[in-house]
Amino acid sequence: MATSGNLIQVKDLVKTFDSRIHALDHVSLTINQGDVVVIVGPSGSGKSTFLRSLNLLEEPTSGEVIFEGVNIAGKGVNIDAHRQKMGMVFQHFNLFPHLTILQNMTLAPMKVKKMPQKEAEEKALALLERVGLRDRAGAYPIQLSGGQKQRVAIVRALCMEPEVMLFDEPTSALDPEMVGEVLEVMRSLAREGMTMVVVTHEMGFAREVATRVIFMDTGKVVEEAPPEEFFQNPKSDRLKDFLAKVL
Amino acid sequence: MELHFEKMLQYAPYFEKGVIYTIVLSACSVAIGFALALMVALIRLSKPGRSTLSKAVNKALHLITGLYIEVVRGTPMLVQVMIVNYVVFNPALIPKPKFTLFGIITGDLFVPALVAISLNSGAYVAEIVRGGIQGVDYGQTEACRSLGMSKFQNMWYIVLPQGIKNILPAIANEFVTIIKESSVCSVIGVQELMKNAQMVQGASFMPAEPLLIAAGLYLCMTIPTSKIIAYFERRMRRGDQR
Repeated sequence: MATSGNLIQVKDLVKTFDSRIHALDHVSLTINQGDVVVIVGPSGSGKSTFLRSLNLLEEPTSGEVIFEGVNIAGKGVNIDAHRQKMGMVFQHFNLFPHLTILQNMTLAPMKVKKMPQKEAEEKALALLERVGLRDRAGAYPIQLSGGQKQRVAIVRALCMEPEVMLFDEPTSALDPEMVGEVLEVMRSLAREGMTMVVVTHEMGFAREVATRVIFMDTGKVVEEAPPEEFFQNPKSDRLKDFLAKVL
Repeated sequence: MELHFEKMLQYAPYFEKGVIYTIVLSACSVAIGFALALMVALIRLSKPGRSTLSKAVNKALHLITGLYIEVVRGTPMLVQVMIVNYVVFNPALIPKPKFTLFGIITGDLFVPALVAISLNSGAYVAEIVRGGIQGVDYGQTEACRSLGMSKFQNMWYIVLPQGIKNILPAIANEFVTIIKESSVCSVIGVQELMKNAQMVQGASFMPAEPLLIAAGLYLCMTIPTSKIIAYFERRMRRGDQR
């Protein structure tokens, strides 16, 4: 994947809970346009906290998150304007249960971007078509399977035409037989050149799709490498230990 | 003791007017009380911003709403109704409004009663609303905000519709409670069902029958309301299981 210009630059990010526990311990990282960065690590290593700091769902204690040249972690920033360019997909889907699939997808484009309803719906239907769910546009989230919900969650984020997509363990809450359909959508996004940051336990996905794999432990980036090197030639003992457990 | 309900027939118009008055007063109180409760709940859930001014304003609002809820829940409604009628609505402070509705409802008593019950109901319902809003999964807010929607849009389009749906049965039950509790307004002369029953007692020199009829009429209002609520509750739960 061609990389051109950095999209997100994280500088010295620190997040502490209760002023003692270091969830993020001086993390710095650059994410380039077109990168597919996969973050792995044991639970409690700070990988989700890091991902959620990128769009300020988690407010960092100190440090900078520079997105398209603006430090969005700074004071007086209108975070809503930046968040709409960062799509996010959650472990538990978080579809809006009181709205239909189509309404789930058109709400933000209509309210935030002031897109006319017709245009928003056409766009949403085209995206649903792409993930094979066009016929479920009028359904409510409760009527969908887990895999379908997560596919809707992905295209809901895509409706805002984001510059980057953040995935927070998108397959962890799914039944095993539904993991594949979600990963397939993510693979096709990556092929199209979407910049993606993915926290996952799917090592196969990391190996196959990532441009870079990052290993986090105790709030720090321990190792960062292209997938082949990462999996075949781990340098630190902690990563060797981790890979021995999960592979 | 013998009961002579047949002698009550000539007083039917009193009971009829009382029922109408009670229903109008209760319905209006629940509506206004709910709007008030929504405001109070949102204030109590609001978090202060970063600036000193925002922190001070937030603290003051929390203090006022907290005090309001404590005072209302800690004093008898009978006392509240009398204070609103004799202390708040006195000519020196706020003159009593003058208007007539349906020929039976006069503003000078209706408005103080309405204010008192709404204030009372608002304090109780505020805590219900707060629970309803807090019951909405925080993931909903995160998803909404991650799409670039503002705090207000999140509250209006995502959190409130779900939170209020959860507490609709509790709100409807509040309506049943208010139908009964509105009877205390008889002490300031509001001509709702209880007051009219007392008037019939005086006019007919019969103590028991008017009270029993009033009790029956209250039941006629509260039981169907509860049944209707239970029906909608069942229907709503079925909707969730689709």
